[in-house]
Amino acid sequence: MGLIEVKRLTKTFGAIQAVNDVSFSIPAGTCFGLLGPNGAGKTTTIEILEGITSPTSGEVLYRGEPLGKQFREQAGIMFQTTQLQDYMTVIEALRMFGSFYTDTVDEAALIEQCSLGEFLQQDTRRLSGGQKQRLLLAIALVNNPDIIFLDEPTTGLDPQARRNFWSLLNRIKAQGKTILLTTHYMEEASLLCDQLVFMDHGKIIAEGTPRELIDATFNDAVLLLPATDFSGPCTDTEFHTITEGRDVIEITTSDMNRSITTLLDAGVSLSRLQIRARNLEDLFLNLTGGELRS
Amino acid sequence: MIRLSHFGAVLMARNREFLRDRSSWAWNLIFPVLLIVGLAFVFGNDNAAVYKVGVYPGATDDPFFSTRYVQFVDVDNLDEAIARVDRHQFDLLLDTTGGRYWVNETSPKGYFVERVALVESEAAYERQPLTGRAVRYLDWVVPGVLGMNMMFACLFGVGYVIVRYRKSGVLKRLKATPLKSIEFILAQIISRLWLVLAITMGVYIGTNIFLNFTMNGHYLTLFVVLLLGAVCLISLGLLVASRTASEELAGGLLNVATWPMMLLSGVWFSLEGAHPLIKAVSQLLPLTHIIEAARTIMIDGASFFAVSGHLAYLLALTAVFLLAGARFFRWE
Repeated sequence: MGLIEVKRLTKTFGAIQAVNDVSFSIPAGTCFGLLGPNGAGKTTTIEILEGITSPTSGEVLYRGEPLGKQFREQAGIMFQTTQLQDYMTVIEALRMFGSFYTDTVDEAALIEQCSLGEFLQQDTRRLSGGQKQRLLLAIALVNNPDIIFLDEPTTGLDPQARRNFWSLLNRIKAQGKTILLTTHYMEEASLLCDQLVFMDHGKIIAEGTPRELIDATFNDAVLLLPATDFSGPCTDTEFHTITEGRDVIEITTSDMNRSITTLLDAGVSLSRLQIRARNLEDLFLNLTGGELRS
Repeated sequence: MIRLSHFGAVLMARNREFLRDRSSWAWNLIFPVLLIVGLAFVFGNDNAAVYKVGVYPGATDDPFFSTRYVQFVDVDNLDEAIARVDRHQFDLLLDTTGGRYWVNETSPKGYFVERVALVESEAAYERQPLTGRAVRYLDWVVPGVLGMNMMFACLFGVGYVIVRYRKSGVLKRLKATPLKSIEFILAQIISRLWLVLAITMGVYIGTNIFLNFTMNGHYLTLFVVLLLGAVCLISLGLLVASRTASEELAGGLLNVATWPMMLLSGVWFSLEGAHPLIKAVSQLLPLTHIIEAARTIMIDGASFFAVSGHLAYLLALTAVFLLAGARFFRWE
C-alpha cells in the first residue's frame, strides 16, 4: 500500500470536468511526478491530495486513512504561488509556520539546508524569486514532513536558481522523504522523479518510471545537425521524421548506423552531428500532442 | 480546542503587519485628530441657523408652533428635557399642559427664541430660568467622530485585510497547516481590537488636552461601550469578508455597511426631528448604539445601567455577526 492512495477521484467545476476518474498510488520514499500540459488537471488533483480542495467524488487516503489531523501535521506543502503576510521577515515567517506544528525540525539546520542565513531579517516581499522559493520550501519542511507537495516549484526561476533548487530537492530526497511534484520542466522531472503520471484533459494517459515510459513509447534516437550542413532538402525515406527548424535539423531514426551512412553518402558533413536519446520532453509531446493549449 | 501557540503566532503576525505599515498608522492617528480639530474650528461658534425647542408632551394648535426656522421636538420625559435645556441642547422647553417654559439664562439662542418667537404664542407660559453650561457642538460630535473612526478601522482593517489575504493566497497557505479557522478569526479580532482601542484612547486623550471635552460619566463605562462596539464592528467586518475574494466587491460591501452608519447613526447631526422611519432604521445600526451610549455617558453622565440597553443590543449583534461569519467563512 502506498503512503497516499488516490481512488477514482473526480472533480467538476460546473460543466467542466477538471479531474476524471483518476486513481494512483504514491509509494513511501519516492519522488512522484504529476505531469501534463496546462489545464490537464494537475493542480486540481494536487490540491485535492493536499486537502485544500474537496473532490466531487472518489477518495484520498493517507496511511490508509482519510485526510485528517495526522495528515495536516505530517504534510509539507508548497503551492504554485504563495503570498505571505506583509511586513514579515524570513525568520518570522519560519517561526510562525513552525508554531502551527507539534513536531518541527531544528531551525538552524533548516536555515542552513535552504541557504536562508543571509536573508533572515529581510522582508519576505523583497526576496528574489529563488530566495522566495527556498523560503517557501523551508516553510513546507518546517514540520519535518513525511510527504512534501511541490506544485511547479521552479516556475519563473532562472536556470541557475532552478539548478540550485534541484540540488536542494535531491538532498531532501536523499533523506527518504516522499515527494509529489508537478512541473512543466521535463528535465526537472527526469532528474528528480522516480515515478510519473501523465495527465491530460483530467485523465491519466500514462504512468510508470521515466525509463519504462520512454522505452515503451520510442525505439529510436534523434540526430541533430546544423541546417547549414545540408545543401538540399532532406527527403530520405530512411529517416522516420525530419524536423527542419531555423538552425537545426532533427532526424529521428531507429537505425542509427544506416542513417549515418545515408548522410555520409549524401555528402553531409557530420563534424557537428549530435545524437541524443529520447527524453521526457519527447514523451510529453508524443502523449499530449503539439496543439496550442491555453 | 484552540491552541494558544497557533492563535499567538497569527496574532503577532497581524500585529507586526499593522505596526510596520507606517502609512496605515499615520492615517488611523492623524485623520481623526485633524477631523476633530477641523470641526472645533468650523463649529466653534455654534452658529446653527435652526433653533430647537422641546415640547412636552407635544405641540398644540398654538400659532407659535408654526414659527419658521424653529425645530419643535416632542419630548415625553420632562426631567430629561429640562436637563437638555440646562446643557443648551434645547434652546427652549415648553410644557404645554403645565403652562411653563424653561430657558437657559446663558444661552443666546434661548434668549432669541424667548424674545422673538415666543411672542407669537397665544398661551401664557410661566418662565423657568436655568443657568447650566452649554454643551458645545464639539462635545456633542466627539463621540460620533470617535465612533466613526472606530467603524472604519474595524470594518476596513479586518474586512479588507482578510479579503486581501484570501485573494493573495495567504489564507490558502494557512489552511494547509493545522491552524483552525476559529484560531485565525480570534487572532484577527484581538489584534484589531487592541489597536482600535489604543488608537481611540490615544486620539481622545491627545485631543482632550487641548479641547477639554465634557465628560460627565465614568471612563470605565465609556471604555466598555467602546470595547463592545469595536468587537461588534470587527465581527461585522469578518462577516463581510467571510467569503468574498474580490477587493472591489469587498470595498463595495464595506461602503454599503459604512455609509448608512455615517449618515444615520448621528455622527454629525442629531436625528431627533427626523422621520420616524429614518429613526427606526438608525436604531438597527450598531454605530447608532455606540454613539448614543458614548454621548449619553460623556454628556449626560449616564451610568452603566442606563446604557445597558445599547450594550445588550451590541452584544446580540456581535453574536449574530460572529456566528454568521464563522458559518460562512472559507479560507479560499
